[in-house]
Amino acid sequence: MKMFEIQPGEYARVRSLEAEGNIRRRLLDLGLVPGTLVQNIRRSPLGDPTLYAIRGAMIALRKEEAGLVNVDKEER
Amino acid sequence: MGLTNQSSGINVLRERFNVKSNLEQPVIALAGNPNTGKSTVFNALTGLNQHTGNWPGKTVLQAQGTFSYKGVEYRLVDLPGTYSLLANSAEEEVARDFIYFGNPDVTVVVGDATCLERNLNLVYQIMEITPKWIFCLNLMDEAKRKKVYINIEKLSEKLGIPVIPTVARKEEGLTDLKEAIAGMVRGELTTRPRLVRYDREIEEALDYLVPRLSSVIGERYNLRWLALKLLDGDQQIINHLQAQFSN
Ligand SMILES: Nc1nc2c(ncn2[C@@H]2O[C@H](COP(=O)(O)OP(=O)(O)OP(=O)(O)O)[C@@H](O)[C@H]2O)c(=O)[nH]1
Ligand SMILES: [Mg+2]
Repeated sequence: MKMFEIQPGEYARVRSLEAEGNIRRRLLDLGLVPGTLVQNIRRSPLGDPTLYAIRGAMIALRKEEAGLVNVDKEER
Repeated sequence: MGLTNQSSGINVLRERFNVKSNLEQPVIALAGNPNTGKSTVFNALTGLNQHTGNWPGKTVLQAQGTFSYKGVEYRLVDLPGTYSLLANSAEEEVARDFIYFGNPDVTVVVGDATCLERNLNLVYQIMEITPKWIFCLNLMDEAKRKKVYINIEKLSEKLGIPVIPTVARKEEGLTDLKEAIAGMVRGELTTRPRLVRYDREIEEALDYLVPRLSSVIGERYNLRWLALKLLDGDQQIINHLQAQFSN
């Protein structure tokens, strides 16, 4: 599944990125390397962007960005 | 290259960033991830001796101020918080350009002790730009509350860089930080940064480029980093070079 499909409160682990160049770099810089645990904290009132907990920081990502990240759902 | 006097050359470059200092006033930059306490450190050190404006040509807030320690006055520049220095945003560009072209006497990287790992991306990027930096590991109280234990000595040894634990909100550790800054400015506190080694093709390309850059630019800048940016095809850096060294 894609990262934007994680529901509020749920966790998933990053499997791969479907991005190249600067966007890929930016996602990696935010800590989205394969194996990273991410949690959907909440969606903004309009549904986009979504706030995620990534490696100890809260980071808002738009659907286009979270759509570039393949994740596996993780039960916690 | 038009500038003959190395130190006045650097001050001209700093003035392009609206940072004015004389030779007796070392320039200290504060960098780090967003929300790690840079401004808290900045405020605790400078008190009322500060003013804010914008970075030239950018809508990014610039804060600078001064503090004195053991008879020396230092100029402190608060950089915007960033996860990276690859210049993907105006904030990253400002932070990177100041650390590289403004050549601070010391760069203090303020890190969040509760999530050390996340700070290391920026740490390694800064390490590639300058050896003159100190890792201020802040929010040690929060880390303790979350039962995160950090072996400061081991971390310092692994990075080859002084690590100063602080609780900036309670002004804990700031004297140690000032002492480290002063020591590095005087050249008594030195570093042994652990640089990233790249694949053979890249290292060979660097061996080719660095001496050629040196003949144009001289030794004032870290040419290995510059060569890496050229290999990256970084257009902003190419523009900078053209603006600065085209004569
Ligand atoms: N518990 C605790 N809180 C701190 C400490 N240092 C700073 N803070 C708090 O952390 C928050 C962020 O601090 P700032 O100084 O604004 O962080 P910053 O790095 O300048 O943030 P940006 O400029 O947005 O990147 C504030 O609420 C501070 O009061 C500390 O050592 N311990
Ligand atoms: Mg700040």
